[in-house]
Amino acid sequence: MFNEKDLEKIKAGKKKWTEGTLAKTLSKAPEKKAKTTWSGTPVECLYTPAEVAGLDYENKLGYPGEYPYTRGVQANMFRGRFWTMRQYAGFGSAKETNARYRYLLGQGQTGLSVAFHLPTQAGYDSDHPLSMGEVGKVGAAIDHIGDIRILFDQIPLDKVTTSMTVNAAATVLLAMYMSVAEEQGVKYDQLGGTIQNDVLKEIICRGQYIYPPKPTMRLTVDLIEFCQKYVPRWNSISISGYHIRESGSTAAQEMAFTIADGIAYAEACAARGIAVDDFAPRLSFFFNAFTDVLEEVAKFRAARRVWAKIMKDRFKAKDPRSMMLRYHVQTGGVTLTAQQPLNNIVRVALQTFATALGGHQSLHTNSYDEALCLPTQGAVTVALRTQQIIAEESGACVTVDPLAGSYYVEYLTDKIEAEIFDYIKKIDAMGGTLTAIEQGYIQKEIQNSAYLFQKSIDSGERAYVGVNKYTMEEPPVTDLLRVDMKVGEEKAVELKQWRAKRDNAAWKKALDKLREVSKTDTNVMPTVIEAVKAGATVGEVCDVWREVFGQYRPKEFIS
Amino acid sequence: MAEKKIKIIVAKPGLDGHDRGAKLLSRIFAEAGMEVVYTGLRQTPEMIVEAALQEDADVVGLSSLSGVHNYFFPKVVELLKEKKLANVLVVGGGIIPLEDIPTLKKAGIAEIFGPGTSTDTIVGFIKANVKSK
Repeated sequence: MFNEKDLEKIKAGKKKWTEGTLAKTLSKAPEKKAKTTWSGTPVECLYTPAEVAGLDYENKLGYPGEYPYTRGVQANMFRGRFWTMRQYAGFGSAKETNARYRYLLGQGQTGLSVAFHLPTQAGYDSDHPLSMGEVGKVGAAIDHIGDIRILFDQIPLDKVTTSMTVNAAATVLLAMYMSVAEEQGVKYDQLGGTIQNDVLKEIICRGQYIYPPKPTMRLTVDLIEFCQKYVPRWNSISISGYHIRESGSTAAQEMAFTIADGIAYAEACAARGIAVDDFAPRLSFFFNAFTDVLEEVAKFRAARRVWAKIMKDRFKAKDPRSMMLRYHVQTGGVTLTAQQPLNNIVRVALQTFATALGGHQSLHTNSYDEALCLPTQGAVTVALRTQQIIAEESGACVTVDPLAGSYYVEYLTDKIEAEIFDYIKKIDAMGGTLTAIEQGYIQKEIQNSAYLFQKSIDSGERAYVGVNKYTMEEPPVTDLLRVDMKVGEEKAVELKQWRAKRDNAAWKKALDKLREVSKTDTNVMPTVIEAVKAGATVGEVCDVWREVFGQYRPKEFIS
Repeated sequence: MAEKKIKIIVAKPGLDGHDRGAKLLSRIFAEAGMEVVYTGLRQTPEMIVEAALQEDADVVGLSSLSGVHNYFFPKVVELLKEKKLANVLVVGGGIIPLEDIPTLKKAGIAEIFGPGTSTDTIVGFIKANVKSK
């Protein structure tokens, strides 16, 4: 982008400035500590064309909607349409959650995102001994197709898109969703949405695994293959870096390990015999957004470029849609402080701003009270309004990729890209993502970053407002959202009735068939659909697979 | 005479998968000279107490970020008492509303450490409050 002569001049100019003007300032007032990004990358005082001398505009940045997609996957990005505003929500019963959805849709939210309680995610019914105390706590208590009917009552499934955070049990919940849509008269090919279906990051860091890696990957690919054939508008996986970052990774590690997972899924789909351009356009991603705006923007841009290169060069994709990194973002839950919780509104606003400048497809903004409890309705409203303010008022959306060409942002983008490729190379050398996970490599890298971060907070080297600096005495926050323990008792009674009133013979036949099909190479999805229609619960379907596939017991790695 | 090492069980009760804090503290406790056993995820109160018994632990540290502390934490204390392990110091941490803390303390949890607590505070509390057998 710069000619040799100009670059030489700038290099000489910067040297002169460093030794002259800057040195004079520093001699009077030395900088107290080294400056870094929030992830710990050292940052210089000043960036000039000299630090981005290799910035070949046409090849590295190009144009939005075109390879390598550094500047965005759509030509005009938010000028045409804002991102989908999609708040992750669910608590208590299906009925309470349905009321929250209808409230959010009434407030201008444009997509749904289902939070299931942990028993559903771990494949247990609400009355299982391991579900004790958990029912309805961090999501809606969903056990069977009847619950899904209530969850989407009066919500037309051909009009909204829905995201479902469920992984090891993804096939079961998608089967229920598709069946309820069918009851509403909506055809499979009219359904739009996303299912997380990313079991690798459950093993790495999120903990909602059920089966060992191999069979759980088989279920993942079964779902992808089924959607590719019958639910073409559905994003059949959401490869997630969000939880990797929450667990303590740096920004570059978040992207590197997520892309490594993406490679593993793409390889698994290819091994199934699905052509790359048949599955890759429906691979979607999910990332975090922290408060260091410029680092986050660089991270998103770098990841888009890396994914495009990998799909083109490594997987030989031809369809441009296969090369587009499309992603959902959630603001950083772990960045929220329990101290002075109103400060979190500012953090979320900056994270939203970073996300918009980075060019995403959909967003969940956290509520300011989430370091204390599940969000109250008032706090959710502020979170949604934050998105609306950034979209409508901030100026971030009037032009595409507005930070392109910033020497600092381009420098960071290149640096993060290089870090991602370094990790991919290392993981390839180990034998691939699954091996790297089995050996605990990825887990230990993340834990080590979490440790270094904690040390920097404990020592005061890094300031965290309200935590280790600008602290104050404050009264405990009251009026928190509480989920009544009664939800568990009521659900247990309801489940008993559900099991009593279903056609027992049809139910047994469906589960027997599922058991047999699961032992073969046949795609399980059609059989799962039959089973949930016959009244099988999440726990019952997952139990069949526990029997056939066994259960995953992780090795614990403490770095 | 060399001081006996404090032995601590770090445990994740219930289905909660948020283990950043539990793993981080496991490392911090080890660096502070304690002997650490991390149970991993999905522990029932019975499993945690069994681990405390088997390992002859001085301390049990419970971590919960999914709102199940009021159910699980007192249950662990109760079972420890049943097993005649009332001397074991029980501490907890995670996403726990301040207004829940008095009830948890009354149930026998010695201290609750919320988000943002410095690790020195946690280590310091354990060293000062661990009971000799």
